[in-house]
Amino acid sequence: MKTDFTEVQRSNPLMQMMEENLRKCVHCGFCLPSCPTYSVLGDERESPRGRIYLIKDMLESRDAPNTETVSHVDSCLSCLACVSACPSGVDYQHYIDYARSYIEDHHQRPWFERFLRSLIVYIITHARFFRFVLRMARFAKPLSRFFSSKIFSVINMVPAELKVEKITNTAKIFPAKGLKIKRVSLLMGCAQNVLRPSINEATIRLLTRMNMEVVVTEGVGCCGALNHHIGKDSIARDLAKTNIDAWLTEFDQRGIDNIIVNAAGCGTEIKDYAYMFKDDLEYNEKAKKISNLTKDISELLSEHQLPSVSLSNQPNIIYHDACSLMYGQGITREPREHLKAVGFELTEIPGRHFCCGSAGSYNLLQPAMAETLKDRRLTLIDKVSKSNRASILATGNIGCLMQLASGTGLQVVHTVELLDWATGGLKPPN
Amino acid sequence: MRMPIPDANIIAQRSEIIERLQQIVPRGEFGDSVIIDSAGLRAYECDGLSAYRQLPLIVVLPETTAQISRILTFCNEIGVKIVARGAGTSLSGGALPLADAVMLGLGKFNKILNIDYANRAVITQPGVTNLSISEAVSDADFYYAPDPSSQIVCSIGGNVAENSGGVHCLKYGLTTNNLLGLEMVLMNGDIIKLGGKYLGSEGYDLLGIISGSEGLLGVITEVTLRILKKPETARAMLIGFNNAALAGDCVATIIGSGIIPGGMEMMDKLAIEATEEFVHAGYPSNVETLLIVELDGPVVEVSDLIARVQNIANGLGSNYIRVSKNEAEREIFWAGRKAAFPAIGRITPDYYCVDGTIPRARLPEVLIKINEMSQKYKLRVANVFHAGDGNLHPLIMYDANELGELERAEEFGREILLLCVDVGGVLTGEHGVGVEKRDLMEKVFTEEDLKQQQRLKCAFDPNGLLNPGKVFPTLHRCAELGRVHVHHGETSFSDIPRF
Ligand SMILES: Cc1cc2nc3c(=O)[nH]c(=O)nc-3n(C[C@H](O)[C@H](O)[C@H](O)COP(=O)(O)OP(=O)(O)OC[C@H]3O[C@@H](n4cnc5c(N)ncnc54)[C@H](O)[C@@H]3O)c2cc1C
Ligand code: SF4
Ligand code: SF4
Repeated sequence: MKTDFTEVQRSNPLMQMMEENLRKCVHCGFCLPSCPTYSVLGDERESPRGRIYLIKDMLESRDAPNTETVSHVDSCLSCLACVSACPSGVDYQHYIDYARSYIEDHHQRPWFERFLRSLIVYIITHARFFRFVLRMARFAKPLSRFFSSKIFSVINMVPAELKVEKITNTAKIFPAKGLKIKRVSLLMGCAQNVLRPSINEATIRLLTRMNMEVVVTEGVGCCGALNHHIGKDSIARDLAKTNIDAWLTEFDQRGIDNIIVNAAGCGTEIKDYAYMFKDDLEYNEKAKKISNLTKDISELLSEHQLPSVSLSNQPNIIYHDACSLMYGQGITREPREHLKAVGFELTEIPGRHFCCGSAGSYNLLQPAMAETLKDRRLTLIDKVSKSNRASILATGNIGCLMQLASGTGLQVVHTVELLDWATGGLKPPN
Repeated sequence: MRMPIPDANIIAQRSEIIERLQQIVPRGEFGDSVIIDSAGLRAYECDGLSAYRQLPLIVVLPETTAQISRILTFCNEIGVKIVARGAGTSLSGGALPLADAVMLGLGKFNKILNIDYANRAVITQPGVTNLSISEAVSDADFYYAPDPSSQIVCSIGGNVAENSGGVHCLKYGLTTNNLLGLEMVLMNGDIIKLGGKYLGSEGYDLLGIISGSEGLLGVITEVTLRILKKPETARAMLIGFNNAALAGDCVATIIGSGIIPGGMEMMDKLAIEATEEFVHAGYPSNVETLLIVELDGPVVEVSDLIARVQNIANGLGSNYIRVSKNEAEREIFWAGRKAAFPAIGRITPDYYCVDGTIPRARLPEVLIKINEMSQKYKLRVANVFHAGDGNLHPLIMYDANELGELERAEEFGREILLLCVDVGGVLTGEHGVGVEKRDLMEKVFTEEDLKQQQRLKCAFDPNGLLNPGKVFPTLHRCAELGRVHVHHGETSFSDIPRF
């Protein structure tokens, strides 16, 4: 596609990346049908091709971004379905990331919106504060229908019977049950550990039973994805640097074979550290190392034999692909194989895969679209569950888990909880 | 690209037009369906032929046929032009906006309305994608046969408007051969129905006229299609050759021996390399030309046909033959071919996809000449070819950021099309005329031929408001066309824009 960038713009490596991608886009539209927002709205501006074009216009005009363009960039879920669909190899992931940070730098949002965006991300990524808010929210829940504002969509996300749990584990090292074959560092995640600590507990139980030593590395915190996805690049980079340093220290001093992530959204982000710092002289090699060490839990499990199955009469389950696992990391086969290997009967959701609307903080910032997408996904899921009498829905990301659980009667769990349960662990909580 | 001069009078009335459109299509839950800001309009400024761009006056995204009817009635009354747009994948600029026209986006017409297996028919809204039709009936082992390579995204309405073809059209026909009925809105707002679920032949074959009408006769709001039972078995073969002439002979021999493959496609080395990188279909890297030949039908018949095709290919010195072993493999063989155009985007910033048809027997000489032209214009070209029906798609690679390259690519494309006509072929196989081939229409039609076609347009759209500037090189007022006979050489009407 023809582009019109100035030499000054071209001297910025990020702008160069933008231009390269624009030039690759041949405007064929093959990405349109994969896009959830386009499938709902049928509007070019709400499609990947349209967004690419709007962003091109924003960059080339060099004016402050207009609110229309901003709204169409904001409504993108960063689900990355369009990336796999593009025959021409357009790297939409980094294209939209940069557009978001460009908007953050060049566009003044109304103060309330600014406040809200920062607040929401702050809450989710700060465990103590998040727990406090959730506790409050339990009281506010019955009142939430009186509030229409976005801020209260956070309240709606809180499951009715949320037990505000503490992390029972204060230990930082979980030894292998038998002869140690590996030492891995587990990312605890920020939101995940508050909303559903049983996921980390199940992961630790399963891996230690598989003779791996699991460590929780001191100093590792939020991966930065939530900030990154709303354009707050410098915060995201700082968080990433903290993590990189902490993991490298662990690696150098005590040795780790892998960094294991069981929240797919975080996994995609950490695997992307290498890209994030590719032009940073100090961090590029370090970031590459961390990204290379990082694996989703399902990738790690594929390299080993799962423990023997001790459960019988496994219930039928449905598996929902998290976009960050499916498109972000290209992982679809592994979780299915593991579930089948430990005896679960698995049914596929029919039709094309679309995002459930969770997408990081998207369901809080764009509640109407998120709700529409959730309903669409659940309509299909409920149909399947009736025909195959499935009672459990499994997925590989905490965001999807919470999003889907808020609208279905099925028990929604993380894949690893089922694997742990079937091989001698605990039954996943409701 | 020269386009009709925009009507300043209409542009001056923009705010009133906006106001009226907003009354007809009110704001929805997710925002406005009448797009007026320049950034939003920008997203609609081109279709799949992105070399030509123009901001539309306004874009409107209606949701019901009644709304379209009201929009057209209003626009007809005050003389506002209309350009319909489906998925915007036209490669001939059919959906290129006009500065003084309302662009009517059909993206919200995305529902399949009725599936009727007993009558082998599907009734659908026009914005539904071609592939969604096959997907919707796949569980019952049915499919919709015409499969443009863009089937994943292009709309059925656009398919009808362009009379689109695809790799399986060799055996199963173009859109027009699989179309049973239509609902459309005329420029005066009338809603008409043509055909239905059953074959009918009373009166003129208006369905045939609407197929390929490129948005010039009416806005299609509902389509009834023929679906087919999937063949008992289908297998695809990859057949490689060291030169294109032998591949051409192979195609001719297969057809000449009475075999009609489900599809028969050809790709040259550049196209093979670019697509292989995207789909990893396992295309061979040591061949100059690759044929994909699909044979379908009862199992025994298919095995027999495969053996016969293999014999023919071996006899002509093929250096690579592979037959798909299962459905997944067959699909991946095709996936590469179907993504061929955009996959070329991996090796060049821009491409111009030419679409001409030639008699199959002339293929080798045409390819040689295209290669000569490629050297003359100093532009690379990859060739993708619906070999079975002689429809050639040279993809001319250029760089729109380099001064003069687009013009060179256009000139190159024009020379290819003229070559197609010279060897006894035609200007377009399936991508339509649009703006791209408009000015070449006079090379194949006489002035009187073209006028007769335009008289037909007058019967549907007497004010010439639907998609003007496309297909016909000269705009005529319907009143003039009504004159009894216009002889060659008679001076043209000087007040009528020629562009
Ligand atoms: C990568 C690629 C591969 C392609 N491969 C093929 C191929 O194999 N075979 C083939 O035939 N074509 C092919 N095409 C061309 C294109 O996809 C077809 O012409 C398609 O039918 C256009 O559909 P659309 O919905 O995108 O229409 P648009 O591009 O939006 O519009 C095309 C024309 O149809 C008119 N139109 C659209 N909808 C309506 C309606 N509801 N009522 C009235 N008029 C309407 C428009 O005014 C315009 O003139 C390809 C295009 C691309 C980009
Ligand atoms: S599929 Fe790729 S090349 Fe085609 S429009 Fe989308 S981003 Fe552009
Ligand atoms: S990332 Fe998802 S929502 Fe965003 S444009 Fe791509 S497909 Fe659409």
